[in-house]
Amino acid sequence: MATDTQLDLWEVFIQSKSGLPYIHAGSVHASDNKMAIQNARDIYTRRGEGTSIWVLPSKHIVASNPDDNDMLFDPSNDKVYRHPTFYLMPEGAKNI
Amino acid sequence: MTTKDATYTYTLRLGDDALILGHRLSELCSRGPILEEDLALTNVALDMIGRAQALLKYAADIEGKGKTDDDIAYRRAEINYCNHLLIEQPNGDFAHTIARQLFVSVFEFLFYTELEKSRDETLAAIASKTIKEIKYHMQHAIDWTLRLGDGTSESHKRMQTAVNDLWMYTGELFEMDEVDAQLMRDGIAVDLIPIKAQWHNDIKTVLNKATLLMPEDTYMQTGSKKGIHTENLGHILSEMQYLQRAYPDATW
Repeated sequence: MATDTQLDLWEVFIQSKSGLPYIHAGSVHASDNKMAIQNARDIYTRRGEGTSIWVLPSKHIVASNPDDNDMLFDPSNDKVYRHPTFYLMPEGAKNI
Repeated sequence: MTTKDATYTYTLRLGDDALILGHRLSELCSRGPILEEDLALTNVALDMIGRAQALLKYAADIEGKGKTDDDIAYRRAEINYCNHLLIEQPNGDFAHTIARQLFVSVFEFLFYTELEKSRDETLAAIASKTIKEIKYHMQHAIDWTLRLGDGTSESHKRMQTAVNDLWMYTGELFEMDEVDAQLMRDGIAVDLIPIKAQWHNDIKTVLNKATLLMPEDTYMQTGSKKGIHTENLGHILSEMQYLQRAYPDATW
């Protein structure tokens, strides 16, 4: 991959409305905080997608190592008791 | 001059500024310095075209000859356009684009803030819709002026050159004629004298902060209110109007 020469990379998170979680929307290039917010707004929120934006420098993201996937993510699936599937859904509750 | 005639001309002038600047900025589509900036500038272009549509439609309504906003945009000769000379100046390098956006958007911010109080309800409504967009355009232009002016020696040099090159077109923004005088009496038009002072202050603050020098007021270009333009407008119109001239009434 060619070296990225277009300023620093930032990750963009959008909240679609107050109270909901911020969801990763994509990334932008920018040289500072302000430009990152403006670029994120121009690229990701021009069609009413959100009411609030978070940006953070991509270099500050700490990611898990794909080599560790077995160790980190495998152990849960074969143990049914890890999933809350033994409860009856109360009538009328939609989002449990 | 009746209030109706004056309002028509006044609205047309505002509409032409938005139309021509919208077209100018749209030329940058796919040519921005980076993808993000390409989108930022074309977003500004879309805001301008939206404003042009509202204003030219209102102008067509006032005129009352059954024309549409498209007729006004695409079927007038160069001499009938009344956008400011600054508006039609070419995009040049990125510094020139930003200097033009800075001068225009600071002016528009001050102007449309006042126009919101206009006694003409349609103009006031268009102003209050557009002012939110202009705030953003202004912030974008100011931020870039600071970055380029106070950036590298190359960006500083280019930004100063752009400010100097475009300065002679800024005086015209504050010119008023009998249309303005008539509509100011009616409480419709904006008085540009206090706006001029405020504009000078605001621009001076930004340029100082960007370590740029404020040019001296020397000779100022003028003419657009009489339909006298720089050669740049003709080139814009030949591209913008080509389709409607070659195939009148063509639709999608």
